[in-house]
Amino acid sequence: MSQSAQAKPEIALPRPAGLRGFASDWASDQRAFKNVSWGKAMMWIFLLSDTFIFGCFLVAYMTARVSTAIAWPNPSTVFALSIGGKEIPLILIAIMTFVLISSSGTMAMAVNYGYRRDRRKAAILMLTTALFGAIFVGMQAFEWTKLITEGVRPWGNPWGAAQFGSTFFMITGFHGTHVSIGVIFLVIIARKVWRGDFDTEKRGFFTSRKGNYEIVEIMGLYWHFVDLVWVFIFAFFYLW
Amino acid sequence: MANIPAGIDDTVPLAEVADVELYHPKSWWTTYVFSQDAKVIAIQYSLTAISIGFVALVLSWLMRIQLAFPGALSFIDAEHYYQFITMHGMIMVIYLLTALFLGGFGNYLIPLMLGARDMVFPYANMLSYWLYLLAVLVLVAGFFVPGGPTGAGWTLYPPQSILSGTPGGKDWGIILMLTSLILFIIGFTMGGLNYVVTVLQGRTRGMTLMRMPLTIWGIFTATVMALLAFPALFVASVMMLFDRVLGTSFFMPTIVEMGEHLKNGGGSPILFQHLFWFFGHPEVYIVALPAFGIVSDLISTHARKNIFGYRMMVWAIVGIGALSFVVWAHHMYVSGMNPKFGFFFATTTLIIAVPTAIKVYNWVLTLWRGDIHLTLPMLFALGFMVTFVNGGLTGLFLGNVVVDVPLAKTLFVVAHFHMVMGVAPIMVVFGAICHWYPKVTGRMLDETLGRVHFFVTFVGAYAIFFPMHYLGLLGVPRRYSELGDTAFIPPSVQALNEFITIMALIVGAAQILFLFNLAWSLRRGKEAGGNPWRATTLEWQTPQTPPAHGNWGKELPVVYRWAYDYSVPGAAQDFIPQNQPNGDRISREPAS
Repeated sequence: MSQSAQAKPEIALPRPAGLRGFASDWASDQRAFKNVSWGKAMMWIFLLSDTFIFGCFLVAYMTARVSTAIAWPNPSTVFALSIGGKEIPLILIAIMTFVLISSSGTMAMAVNYGYRRDRRKAAILMLTTALFGAIFVGMQAFEWTKLITEGVRPWGNPWGAAQFGSTFFMITGFHGTHVSIGVIFLVIIARKVWRGDFDTEKRGFFTSRKGNYEIVEIMGLYWHFVDLVWVFIFAFFYLW
Repeated sequence: MANIPAGIDDTVPLAEVADVELYHPKSWWTTYVFSQDAKVIAIQYSLTAISIGFVALVLSWLMRIQLAFPGALSFIDAEHYYQFITMHGMIMVIYLLTALFLGGFGNYLIPLMLGARDMVFPYANMLSYWLYLLAVLVLVAGFFVPGGPTGAGWTLYPPQSILSGTPGGKDWGIILMLTSLILFIIGFTMGGLNYVVTVLQGRTRGMTLMRMPLTIWGIFTATVMALLAFPALFVASVMMLFDRVLGTSFFMPTIVEMGEHLKNGGGSPILFQHLFWFFGHPEVYIVALPAFGIVSDLISTHARKNIFGYRMMVWAIVGIGALSFVVWAHHMYVSGMNPKFGFFFATTTLIIAVPTAIKVYNWVLTLWRGDIHLTLPMLFALGFMVTFVNGGLTGLFLGNVVVDVPLAKTLFVVAHFHMVMGVAPIMVVFGAICHWYPKVTGRMLDETLGRVHFFVTFVGAYAIFFPMHYLGLLGVPRRYSELGDTAFIPPSVQALNEFITIMALIVGAAQILFLFNLAWSLRRGKEAGGNPWRATTLEWQTPQTPPAHGNWGKELPVVYRWAYDYSVPGAAQDFIPQNQPNGDRISREPAS
């Protein structure tokens, strides 16, 4: 492929202005989203699909919560921790949320350093993100253990509607799985960044394709999405 | 990729993306089995889907024999009948039609029709097929486990689907069914992302969205819909799996079973119905839209005329796709909804008839004064049009709440559904196979065998499903393994049932003829050459037939015109391929 073919055409083709111009750009040849790579487009569309999955989970949860005849357990007391003899509502979940939101910050910085070809900083920030993610999952495991020892099961709990345990374990479990998968991929990509795979254009083990630093941003898209979903779970499950 | 010589055409922009590097397989295994080539994956998808479809066909035979001659086959009891119904429905809708249209035709046609070398993520594409195969195997495993496959009906309505009264409810059947669905959805998502991103971002130079063949528009819109609708089925399957395995009560109300109070309580069976049909109704169009798209191309090619109202056709496809997300509760008129919901959903349902009717008119207007060649694909396309109009008209009956309520539990629904979503898309499947078989194999299908197959299938399908409408109007209930002595059912129903069964056996046998044709023509068929139908779209312009790895040789094709330049006045031939430069500006492409 010659260099000239990749350059912009010298004579710009006439394009209509305004909304029609937007439409004709979008419908033009080769790419609907100009300057968006395949990988990034794929991740956005996947996230759209995943949004529908979480949306269905949350709508199902809301339906169960508003239609159950037995009272719903009070989240403020259920999710309280007693620290120094004092019951503090939602303290664990507040820390978890803080950790996860912070991990979005380190992820965004990793993307920045990745594009600057600063391999060391990018890799360290990705590993920090992964560590925050692992801490989040760890605290979730602690929360699950605590609830299980208090008698909460998927099929029932001591305080009220059985659907409380079912939806809680299902939705936080599904979200926790997303975080765990994210952690695994963060570590894999951080290793590739550290090793300089994207500078030497090393081919992928499975796909045998050359990667580039954009993969850090694509990973970031997924990570921010998982974060955003948590905000909704937090609002609908713990604050309601 | 060289530039076009100056002076021929200034309307095609230069390349924006470097040509892709392909994965080049090194062994037999990675070439034909674990292949990353979309064309091989397409063939794998198609063969798997057709094989499992034949299982479903045999199940329908068994059901029909039981209905016409109760007790003739001693191994069919009521429970088996339910299992056959469930597996037949699920296989046909999801594992045959969805997989064949999107995984089969989608994989083969998207890269070729858009001038791409392959799908954008060949590795994920390969995984997609292997997960699909795993889903099929898990589904089939249901036949061999204790208790057999689930007999809950293809809609799997709880609570009955996971109670002991239903075959497989307390055994393995329902677990395997739900697991298989979950696997299918994960696998489909991998493929679906490929199809969508390839269409949006992987087209060749000059291939604007409004130059894409309608086949691609149909497959693309259907895939987008599938990516948004399958999540609901995924969630419903996960929740029901938990209800069955962990004892949760998402869908389980307080229930007394066999005189014993179950531990469940507080769940909502209606919630499952909403989730299921939020998937289930778009699913109808996930199957129908690729069929609409393919049939548009078949009609245009074999009538040697440009498709009438191309832009209208595109917007009708997109409009139907969008509308289909707000009609789902018309499947639930008898589920006990607020009547105002019924009004809303009846209205949206009837509105869908508008873009659908636009499409039918445009097909007819494309045929009008066309140079109609009654080739096999054209025969099937015509068969589709007639069947689809028939099935669609009975849909208007069932879309109205007051008409639906008395008919919902009768064979009228079965007849409507099979006309519009069974026979009609299958007609397109046959038409499409006949149309693209020469490209896939390099040989033509045998014309005589094909015609026999078409006429037996077409006339036979009418003989099966037309009388069934009448049985439904008489009030004959569906999902009953035998009718027994029922006061309101006249004895003549039995005679009609026997007639339908005999026709079903004949039509089923004709499909074996079709399979034989596929196998026989592979070696003995006439050499097809590169473009036997003299068609305009890119897949017929490949340097080799069947297309080689990478599709296009050294240089990607460049597109100068839309896909429907047939019988253009002043042109040398009655078709102009999409990649022929438009120097003398003779094209019927509508101005953008």
